[in-house]
Amino acid sequence: MDDLYREIIIERYKTPQYRGHLDPHDIHFEDDNPLCGDHIEVTLRVDSDGRVSDARFDGKGCAISQASADLLIESIIGKPLEEVKQLSKQDVLDLLGIELGPVRLKCALLSLKVLKAGIYGLGEASDELVE
Amino acid sequence: MSLDSLRLRQDFPIFERQVKPGMPLVYLDSTATTQKPLTVLQAMEEYYRRFNANVHRGVHTLAEEATALYEAARQKVAAFIHASDAHQVIFTRNASESINLVAYAWGRASLKAGDLIVLTEMEHHSNLVPWQMLSAALGVDLEFVPISEDGLLDLDAYRLLLDRRPRLVAFTHMSNVLGTINPAAEMIRLAHAAGALTLVDAAQSVPHLPVDVQALDVDFLAFSAHKMLGPTGIGALYGKRSLLEAMPPFLGGGDMIKTVHLREFTPADLPQKFEAGTPAIAEAVGFGAAVDYLDAIGMQAVADHEQEIITYALERLEEVRGVKVFGPPASQRGGVASFILEGVHPHDVAQILDTFGIAVRAGHHCAQPLHEKFGIPATTRASFYLYSLKEEVDALVEGLYRVKKIFA
Repeated sequence: MDDLYREIIIERYKTPQYRGHLDPHDIHFEDDNPLCGDHIEVTLRVDSDGRVSDARFDGKGCAISQASADLLIESIIGKPLEEVKQLSKQDVLDLLGIELGPVRLKCALLSLKVLKAGIYGLGEASDELVE
Repeated sequence: MSLDSLRLRQDFPIFERQVKPGMPLVYLDSTATTQKPLTVLQAMEEYYRRFNANVHRGVHTLAEEATALYEAARQKVAAFIHASDAHQVIFTRNASESINLVAYAWGRASLKAGDLIVLTEMEHHSNLVPWQMLSAALGVDLEFVPISEDGLLDLDAYRLLLDRRPRLVAFTHMSNVLGTINPAAEMIRLAHAAGALTLVDAAQSVPHLPVDVQALDVDFLAFSAHKMLGPTGIGALYGKRSLLEAMPPFLGGGDMIKTVHLREFTPADLPQKFEAGTPAIAEAVGFGAAVDYLDAIGMQAVADHEQEIITYALERLEEVRGVKVFGPPASQRGGVASFILEGVHPHDVAQILDTFGIAVRAGHHCAQPLHEKFGIPATTRASFYLYSLKEEVDALVEGLYRVKKIFA
């Protein structure tokens, strides 16, 4: 079987652990990738120490986009927002454990882009957030 | 007569390549661009090795030979679409540029606010965005012939739109997503009866079907070389002589002028009037070689082969539970099958197929409004050409079963 579809990616796509919507929440953002219709929404709760106390994602799209969102959300719970802001493209690729071409990279990085745009309180999720 | 595609494939060097080790290349993306036969590659190389010079102005031998080759290519392309006169064929960069040429040179000079252009819901972005830009600039109105659930144009709705006396009807001859072959001759006849001019986006039809611009009586027809065995970077616009002559030039520069003074110029005659700057000469030569290759096979034989392949492909795809193919039955379409596989995103389908050496396209195929119409963000598309084999359809179907297994 192909390395790109490691078991964890298929597993997280089919049975995500952190899919949902937090209400109330402190941070919310959503965006999509118009090229393939991938859509990701994130909701975060932040405690008084500035740590992510809980987080969820919702959305639709390819296995790469949805699995990377699930893994990313898992990785930020309990972390200080300041640390989450520092997350990079490579951190997401490390979570997925695969190499991706430029088209699929956009799928993989959509959740990080949405997450950062939400944390920074930006109106849009630009590619520069995930360089 | 059916094609010996297995033998034809030997003319295409790329099929010697194994993109994935141990697996033959199954290239099912010819609607995006076709592979190139050796004769096309050789013609272009020979041009650069033996004849390279700039065209039209030089008096030395190489310049004359290069000009003769460039114009011979134009003759071949013109004859291929049965144009009465090669001066009605303008070389452009591609079908998109051909359509933009008409939108600028004819549209801006001939249309005014409130004029109507009729398009269809199945257009490629190349036959949509130029008219949207024109609409924004001039205030012309755009209306769209709707399509049915099975991917056919609603011709009754078309007739109603024609009652509004559009100035232009611009439509695709063959959809790059649904494969639908539209009844171009009838649509053009109806448009003319309503006083409209016609532009046909033939990017998918000229490569795959016999196309006769005189029989169609079409006013403008646009297509690209790279979708018909030729190189990228060159396409063509056919236009009726009287229309092309009345149009102002498109791009300005060298080669498109008769005389130039500091404050004015007079444009050259057809076709140079629309070909500013040094053209893609080697690409034109390659385009001509591609036309030679297709002529030797015969376009009816190409169309028949694709009909056979798409009939088989639709049958086999039907067998796969969870697959839904969009578009009309095989008898009304060319060699294109866009589909979704339930529960798996088209990107994942395409990516997994790629690991088996199967090249398909995933996305909206430059027809986002069409996908919106069907309520889906993307499809996976398999498309065929004269070198496609039934065994490749089998490989696709087997690949889809493996995709299903991975996602089961």
